[in-house]
Amino acid sequence: MSRSIVNQSRRRFLQGAAGLTLAIYFPWPLAQGAVGQEQAEAFEPNAFLRIGEDDSVTIVAKHLEMGQGTYTGLATILAEELDADWAQVRVESAPADASRYNNLFWGPAQGTGGSTAIANSWEQLRKAGASARAMLVAAAAAQWKVPADDITVAGGVVSHAGSGRQATFGQLARAAAQQAVPEQVRLKEPGEFRLIGRHIPRKDSDDKVTGKAIFTQDIQLPGMLTAVVAHPPRFGATVKAYDAKPALAVDGVVEVVQIPSGVAVLARDTWSAKRGRDALVVEWNEAAAFNQNSAQLLEHYRELARSPGQVARQEGDSDVALAKAARTLEAEYDFPYLAHSAMEPMNCVVSLTGDGCEAWYGAQSQTYDQTVLAELFDLAPAQVRIHTLYAGGSFGRRASKNADYSLEAAHIVKAIEGRAPVKLVWLREDDMQAGNYRPMFHHRLRAGLDAEGNLVAWQHRLVGQSVLGGSPFASLIKDGIDPASVEGAASLPYRIPNLRVDLHSPEDGMVPVQWWRSVGSSHTAFSTECFLDELAQAAGKDPVTWRLAMLGEHPRHAGVLKLAAEKAGWEQPLPAGKEGERRGRGVAVHESFSSFVAQVAEVTVQSDGRFHVDRVVCAVDCGVAINPDVIRAQVEGGVGFALSAALREAITFTDGKVEQSNLHNYELLRISEMPTVEVHIVASASAPTGIGEPPVPPLAPAVVNALAAATGKRIRRLPIGTQLTS
Amino acid sequence: MITLNINGKEMSVEVAADTPLLWVLRDNLKLTGTKFGCGMSLCGACTVHMNGQAVRACVTPVSMADKANVVTIEGVAQSPTGRAVQQAWKSLDVVQCGYCQPGQIMSAVALLEGNRSPSDSDIDRAMGGNVCRCGTYVRIRAAIHEAARSLALRAGS
Repeated sequence: MSRSIVNQSRRRFLQGAAGLTLAIYFPWPLAQGAVGQEQAEAFEPNAFLRIGEDDSVTIVAKHLEMGQGTYTGLATILAEELDADWAQVRVESAPADASRYNNLFWGPAQGTGGSTAIANSWEQLRKAGASARAMLVAAAAAQWKVPADDITVAGGVVSHAGSGRQATFGQLARAAAQQAVPEQVRLKEPGEFRLIGRHIPRKDSDDKVTGKAIFTQDIQLPGMLTAVVAHPPRFGATVKAYDAKPALAVDGVVEVVQIPSGVAVLARDTWSAKRGRDALVVEWNEAAAFNQNSAQLLEHYRELARSPGQVARQEGDSDVALAKAARTLEAEYDFPYLAHSAMEPMNCVVSLTGDGCEAWYGAQSQTYDQTVLAELFDLAPAQVRIHTLYAGGSFGRRASKNADYSLEAAHIVKAIEGRAPVKLVWLREDDMQAGNYRPMFHHRLRAGLDAEGNLVAWQHRLVGQSVLGGSPFASLIKDGIDPASVEGAASLPYRIPNLRVDLHSPEDGMVPVQWWRSVGSSHTAFSTECFLDELAQAAGKDPVTWRLAMLGEHPRHAGVLKLAAEKAGWEQPLPAGKEGERRGRGVAVHESFSSFVAQVAEVTVQSDGRFHVDRVVCAVDCGVAINPDVIRAQVEGGVGFALSAALREAITFTDGKVEQSNLHNYELLRISEMPTVEVHIVASASAPTGIGEPPVPPLAPAVVNALAAATGKRIRRLPIGTQLTS
Repeated sequence: MITLNINGKEMSVEVAADTPLLWVLRDNLKLTGTKFGCGMSLCGACTVHMNGQAVRACVTPVSMADKANVVTIEGVAQSPTGRAVQQAWKSLDVVQCGYCQPGQIMSAVALLEGNRSPSDSDIDRAMGGNVCRCGTYVRIRAAIHEAARSLALRAGS
């Protein structure tokens, strides 16, 4: 057994995972990483399936269930090819083990993100199901002495019509285990699907409506201590000195330890740990800390936007075309830092054991986290056994690019020399102020129309911190272009003969940034689709037909745009509001993560400028719709998530301090503000793509375009806040 | 020593009187269905019933629960309304991440206990203190109407 990888620098691992080229070899027998629930069952044809003699069908999910419905989706794919009965299927979380459970789009790393869970698992789980089905059939054929081709399978029952014989999966399980794994299997044609495309219930509903679902916050281990940490008030500040005595005087507090990210108070329960931290006195060294205001940052970004950046895409000569254009328009857009603000604040349970380390949490980047924790404890990554639990939301946060919260938990365990398992709890304030935000961005767009109102020139300059920099995906940055900064802008689908997209990625910012649901598209869809709307108006064209005219080479964009417009009744006038109300309708279309979404938003604006989004009609094309109801749920939720950010969300700084701390000053959408959402799914035979993120990007531009239609006012700064009332 | 009546059972705990009920439920009594979200009564994830009223356990000192009947998500199925709401939540697959849902359900049950036929604006008022970051509000609204319908059917039969 080689241990050479243990001392390999983290940097090399990161480069490997990022480039998807350098294969990392995990030489340890990872069977030992098998956790808790796994037990020998009658038939385990592959890493994703176990069938018990009690007819139970256990499907092993390699991806984190954080609300997006992936347990249901993954299980549907496998159960479909297996021909299992949906009621007999249960889902269990895979142990962290990249050799069996890597994300096929991420090379040798296990993890969930980029709306890839279904897309990367599609072929893998179909084959896993079909192969197991073939082994069950072969077992029945041998027992019944009939040709395998005459055997049918449906609803967990294997049948031979000619002899009238039948057996359940459980009855055949032991015999199936003796069959050879087939080298080739036939996958179903879409017309044969019995689960895919149908409405079947989620697998996590029962546990989640009864309170039985176990989240990280709910883990209790014998002797476990709960830790709450005093974090520095500014990014880059460090502990100068601290007085543990007042904290230790609090009932229930057991220990106070310094760690790289602050001072941890360990107690027998959460409330005592919090009270201990409140009592703790820490003096911070803030000489090198972040000390800027949001306004200064924005001024700096505006300054950068005056000079050319790294070119991400260039076609024709946009400078010449702009100079010759009959009419030019220019607009600047500003986007704030955003917090993910999952309902369950970040947390992690870590315990040192005799032969390694165990961790329980909503792990989203298992392989990366294993590597980071292994380095801290001087273990092999496989000795870091991660139990992936339900996550109370993530929106990108739990795939921490610096493993901040899991590493913090591990540091605390290390500081107490592993004497007790530790549950690190971030209170809402810790979560809100810990950084790893969606980066602040400034966009500057210029465009030219010819005399006929055709769009002939487009220039788009973006200024904002790189999210891939310093992450396991850093090597995707090529020639100074972080693809996650310009996605949606550099991939603008409209036929425009002269176009340039360029980027500044300021590196002097000390604010940690990270992917946030829909990543670059969370800002690029807004600036491009709002600017398009302004241009359509300037050209005297209808926003839908004008877009469609430029989408000839992008039929899937055009398909969702047409469908959304048709279902929203775009051709008919919007019914008028009450006396004094102004109503408006706006549209936007955007592709992200290879899924296509168009939305038409309808708004009502009161005479004082307050407004409500009444209805959002959505059309989505995400390939084969595995679970249409889960897709609808993701689109409904994505609309709510995106509207929340558009209305009020912003993380801002005064003298380097985050101004927001809890939900009173970082306000999330509430039920009264939720619009009616209609979801229409394009029938497709293309391989399935993601749906967790793609519903988010078009919402804000559709709403702001609707507000412009209602009021004539173009909002170019998010959040919308009080811009219409003041 | 404080004696509590939780889901119809008497339980005693040795904690300071000002300890929030939330942490007594979760850490002392291991009833972890009630969730911590904000600690400031802003998100509703910790909603429980105290003598039939929806309260935020994160800001309710345990001493206030002394001699009160407390119902948590673990006990809500003891009432027909609780069962109807949970069933509606399941039949519409309301949940996504699920973390806020025990609180949402407790608020919905309290609403329906006092108002068998809530309007959309009644729902907005009663559910306004419960945040769902996944944005399941469309289905929360639909599930409350669905539970109201099923309770009305039961009452009529």
